[in-house]
Amino acid sequence: MKDLLKRVPDALLRLVFMFAVVIVGTIVVVKVIIPPHMKDVAIQHAETIRVENAKPIQFAGAVACTECHDELVAQKRKGYHRDLSCETCHGPAAAHTQDPDNVKPPAPRDRKFCPVCHTFNPSRPRGFPMINPVAHNPMKACITCHNPHDPKPPTVPRECAACHGEIARTLSVSHHVQLKCTTCHTAPARHRVSPRSVKPTKPVSRDFCGKCHAKDSAHMGAPKVDLAVHGAKYVCWQCHYPHLPEAE
Amino acid sequence: MMDRRSFLKKILSFLAVSGAAMGGFLKAGSAGAQATEEHARKLWGFGVSSDKCIGCARCVIACKSENNVPKEPFFYRTWVERYMIPMEGEAVVTNIHMGLAPEAEAPSTKGILRSFFVPKLCNQCAHPPCVQVCPVGATFSTDDGVVLVNDKTCIGCRYCIQACPYGARYLHPKTHTADKCTFCYHRLNRDLLPACVEVCPTQARVIGDLHSPASPMTRFKRMNKIFVLKSNLNTEPKVLYAHIDGEVR
Repeated sequence: MKDLLKRVPDALLRLVFMFAVVIVGTIVVVKVIIPPHMKDVAIQHAETIRVENAKPIQFAGAVACTECHDELVAQKRKGYHRDLSCETCHGPAAAHTQDPDNVKPPAPRDRKFCPVCHTFNPSRPRGFPMINPVAHNPMKACITCHNPHDPKPPTVPRECAACHGEIARTLSVSHHVQLKCTTCHTAPARHRVSPRSVKPTKPVSRDFCGKCHAKDSAHMGAPKVDLAVHGAKYVCWQCHYPHLPEAE
Repeated sequence: MMDRRSFLKKILSFLAVSGAAMGGFLKAGSAGAQATEEHARKLWGFGVSSDKCIGCARCVIACKSENNVPKEPFFYRTWVERYMIPMEGEAVVTNIHMGLAPEAEAPSTKGILRSFFVPKLCNQCAHPPCVQVCPVGATFSTDDGVVLVNDKTCIGCRYCIQACPYGARYLHPKTHTADKCTFCYHRLNRDLLPACVEVCPTQARVIGDLHSPASPMTRFKRMNKIFVLKSNLNTEPKVLYAHIDGEVR
């Protein structure tokens, strides 16, 4: 054995030693020095998910409010704002749930806040309650007339224009400006109380417009057409918008 | 001395028995693992009813305060666009103003065919281009379908911001890492709704587990015709849109 070692050249031994050092060094570096998360991406992902889950919350969620404010919640549940979360208006309230006495969420009481949703904007979906803040009781705070937890008009409106402002404005520049809403629509009394469930009537036939616009009508000012030939199978309001007839 | 027939018989019976045992063992192991995985795994999906959006930007503001998004109007995890489609020419898209007082004067409707709001957020694609391009593997899809950013490894190279076809990412000016909507991952795992869903006054936003037959998302998918943004890119978004206009890009 000793002979064998002696017969191996010194240079080769050194080479083997160097190789051993490099291999052992590499193993030490890979196994010990490089931290495990740099070798396994799954550890990084798990760590990211852990960090993400540990982030604090700002909004407590609507369920948290019901635990203490049950009266307001019960009131709100009956009104038009029933689907609104408390924190939509009062802002993030997680801190308030932790320390209810010292941290109070703000309650917007001035005229700035409600118009964020209720200003007239033509891009908003049809039927959403909107007002013109310049014309609608200027300088008065919304909450003097409307209870935000159960919003409704303070008095039943007399004029159609109170709710149908856009139609009223359009009508005011049209040839039909002299006509009352009731000339064409009959609004049941209940419509003023539950506007969406009880709806006013609309004309249903060509003859209704024909009362003024037919050739043999007695109405002097209105443009006349021959109902037998004009428009054939269509009803009038498929082509003419009655609130702004022959616009532009 | 064994004859050939009995030898073959013994070999065959041994193979059959050992094979069956092996197969049964393997199957039992993998089936157990699969069953627990299936049970635990959710797949988050998000629904947007575009026709319900009133453009109040409560979602944008709530998102900013929930997720420490800078207040300046260039950094958004979610935002709301207003589309104005004129009689002639291209649709005009504006990011809506999110201050307390919206535009004092409503934009003129003259010459406008139709107009509406579209809420936007990260689409949490099933095939996310942002994950593909990340050079350091800092962004990844979780098992429940949310694309997250690891801000310890993110080097802030902005590749993902360029790659996202929906413009859903931004570079956070404080951390200098990419940031994006996570469906409020920290809230989902506390059984809370994401901040934007929580505050939306008209329920234009819905979130739920796409795997669960009883989730709000399943209902949303059953009740509406569903569209996704830029479906031609095959990113397979998990943000589904209902009642959306063909002009929306």
